[in-house]
Amino acid sequence: MAKNLFVGYNERDTFLHRLSGSTKLIGFVSLSIIGMLTFDTRFLLGIFLFSVILFWKSKIKFSEISFILKVIIAFAIFNIILVYVFSPSYGMSIYGSQHMIFGDPNHFFNLSWEELLYLFNVMLKYTFAVPLALVFLLTTEPSEFAASLNKIGISYRISYSVEITLRYIPDVQRDYRTISLAQQARGYEISKKANLMTRAKGAIQIILPLIFTSLDRIETVSQAMSLRRFGRHNKRTWYMARRFKMADYLALFLILLIVIIGITLFKVNNGRFWNPFK
Amino acid sequence: MAEPLISFKDFSFKYDSQAEDTLKHIDLDIYPGEKVLIAGASGSGKSTLGRVINGLIPHAYPGTISGSCIVNGKEVADSSLFDLSFDVGTVLQDSDSQFVGLTVAEDMAFSLENDQVPQAEMRSAVTKWAKTLQLNELLKNSPQEISGGQKQRVAMGGVLIDESRILLFDEPLASLDPAAGLASMELINDLATKQNLTVVIIEHRIEEALHANIDRLVVLQDGEIVANDKPDRILVSEKIIELGLREPLYLSVLRRAGIAIADCQQISHAETITNPAIAKSLKSWTRDVKLNQADEKKSNLLELQNIKFAYDDGKNVIDNVNLVVHRGEMISLVGQNGTGKSTLSSLITGFLTPTNGKILFAGEDMAELSVKERAEKIGYILQDPNQMISKTTVFEEVSSGLVLRQIASKEIQGRVNKILKICGLYEMRHWPISALSFGQKKRVTIASILVLDPEMLILDEPTAGQDFRHYTEIMSFLEKVCADKDLTIILITHDMHLMLEYTMRTIVLDAGHVIMDDIPAKVLTNADVLQRASLAKTSLYTLAQRFGLPSADDFVAKFIESERRAR
Repeated sequence: MAKNLFVGYNERDTFLHRLSGSTKLIGFVSLSIIGMLTFDTRFLLGIFLFSVILFWKSKIKFSEISFILKVIIAFAIFNIILVYVFSPSYGMSIYGSQHMIFGDPNHFFNLSWEELLYLFNVMLKYTFAVPLALVFLLTTEPSEFAASLNKIGISYRISYSVEITLRYIPDVQRDYRTISLAQQARGYEISKKANLMTRAKGAIQIILPLIFTSLDRIETVSQAMSLRRFGRHNKRTWYMARRFKMADYLALFLILLIVIIGITLFKVNNGRFWNPFK
Repeated sequence: MAEPLISFKDFSFKYDSQAEDTLKHIDLDIYPGEKVLIAGASGSGKSTLGRVINGLIPHAYPGTISGSCIVNGKEVADSSLFDLSFDVGTVLQDSDSQFVGLTVAEDMAFSLENDQVPQAEMRSAVTKWAKTLQLNELLKNSPQEISGGQKQRVAMGGVLIDESRILLFDEPLASLDPAAGLASMELINDLATKQNLTVVIIEHRIEEALHANIDRLVVLQDGEIVANDKPDRILVSEKIIELGLREPLYLSVLRRAGIAIADCQQISHAETITNPAIAKSLKSWTRDVKLNQADEKKSNLLELQNIKFAYDDGKNVIDNVNLVVHRGEMISLVGQNGTGKSTLSSLITGFLTPTNGKILFAGEDMAELSVKERAEKIGYILQDPNQMISKTTVFEEVSSGLVLRQIASKEIQGRVNKILKICGLYEMRHWPISALSFGQKKRVTIASILVLDPEMLILDEPTAGQDFRHYTEIMSFLEKVCADKDLTIILITHDMHLMLEYTMRTIVLDAGHVIMDDIPAKVLTNADVLQRASLAKTSLYTLAQRFGLPSADDFVAKFIESERRAR
């Protein structure tokens, strides 16, 4: 089912579910951008807390997202280790001071409070957006995605391709299973019994027919769409679009406020970094 | 008479990709309120004719047009696809691909969205048509959650919502089971009357399509119209058989019983055909035909003992199935979608492992055998050959199973060539597969399984979407290899003709149980089983009941046997 893929929409009644998809998308995108730009630890902590509260309010169950969360945490830790290994003294060059924990600033491997703060900022950047993205994905009906993308200015043709993808993923998965079974019966081994090379060859035998079947489908789908006048006008309306209500305007105002605070902090800090070492 | 709504005048069309005209000098007028059935074998040009009416030709399929085709006052060649779509609503053969929305409601509103209709108006239009088409309970469902018949109704809703006057159906029966197909034809008839629609149905299954109360039958052959009249007038002669189509079964049986169809009235339905002589002739014919006694029982090939299977949720999809398949049998396995037919075949081929019970093949327990090892005994052939073919030439494709089993290339040559000869593909062995027709591709997939020398084949809907000629071609081929190689065949199918004409035994599955295991004639005359398996009663059954024959299944069995002898 499209709805249950990876992380899927769940019908619940919270104020986040009632917000229009566009509001949530705007919020997610603009907070992500400002959060990615800034290195002000206080601000990052603030929006981290904000997004955790939203996540809690959305009543999403941990079990629904535990898998994707583990993947993200593993990825973030791996990334932070790499950032440190490749340039352990980057923090000192940013903040212009040297508060050593151990090691010598002239050697490659060392650890400073500056570096720790820098890594802490990086970690916050990875983590604060995750609850926001999950809130957006799990509280917005998939049907509303396309309408929301279109509303924030992305062309409806591109927006609709998102919808079409969601629509056909389950069908392609089903085709994949069917083809895979038929090829296994022919003798292609793709289970763990075979070595990697054989398995890779087996996978190609599945993917080729899958591509051809999908191309046929794409042709029919695009004909079906033009027979119902997709692409006739420069705009289209959306059956599932939600009108903005008071709550949406309030939410947008709050988002704007947070963004303004972020920008003001650039001025106050004279740049993207908040420097407690001065 | 009123002005025609669709009018072809000396219309010819040649696809850019082809050397010859696909449509030749078509003259055809369709009047408001008519229900027209356009029939013809594959390649007769009937789908091309449909594409002209909805404007896909010339807008999506470029080619050369001569003559004119006017739809509701618009010359097709000069109008845009979008303009024409207001007049003609098209329901495609594959209503799954036509379903472009994430939910039923969105899909129905799709064209209104493109016309920038405000949301409130869309909602009321969707509500209105959902009510007419009995879809109101399903508005929030995804396409994966509804049946084929429901999908087709959504597709109808999606075009009726435009209030277009002409409804065009491209092979509406192809992807439906018999019961849903019948319901769909009756719905089309009902809608056409109530909404005052003009309906064009493109379909080669004439008997079933006539249930939509067709006013006119147009038959195409090689791009030309060879018949264009009231169905009654065309069906009187055996012309449609000569054109490679299947005549309604009830007419065939009446002819066989020596009744002149020309002397009958209202011949386009088994429910209405009348002639005082029918009852007497049928009775004496049935009395005179003797059924052959069934062959001696052969040895057991496949045995299922107390098979149960459940997915993780614990509910038994297959519930205590016991079954014996004898060597050399051709069996049909029928049942509604989702009753466990494919689960059962997956259990036999080893894709799934039963939670309980034993499967024996020629007396040997198969539990220890892998999918690959089982495939050397039991071949499984998918409905869509494109899903099975992964090589570029015929020889490569057929040999690939042997190559994977690391057999010496000399032996491969010999075995593949032998199979190719049996399958009538030897001359094409170096052809690219893309150059083959659907039926030829199907034979390639069967050949590539036969080369592994299995003792049993399981085929999923081997004849789906095939016209009568190709259907006969595929099935006589299967019959031949079955006899030559002493194969045992299980056909998973919805096609009642296929069950009747080619299989000796039908197994009906419902909710994971075998509810009937008997000769096809008995299955197809059992009203309760028909309903549970989403099949429809055949017109032979209707005749037997109407004319008071002592035993409907005896009558059906005798007719089928006399057909087989004639073949």
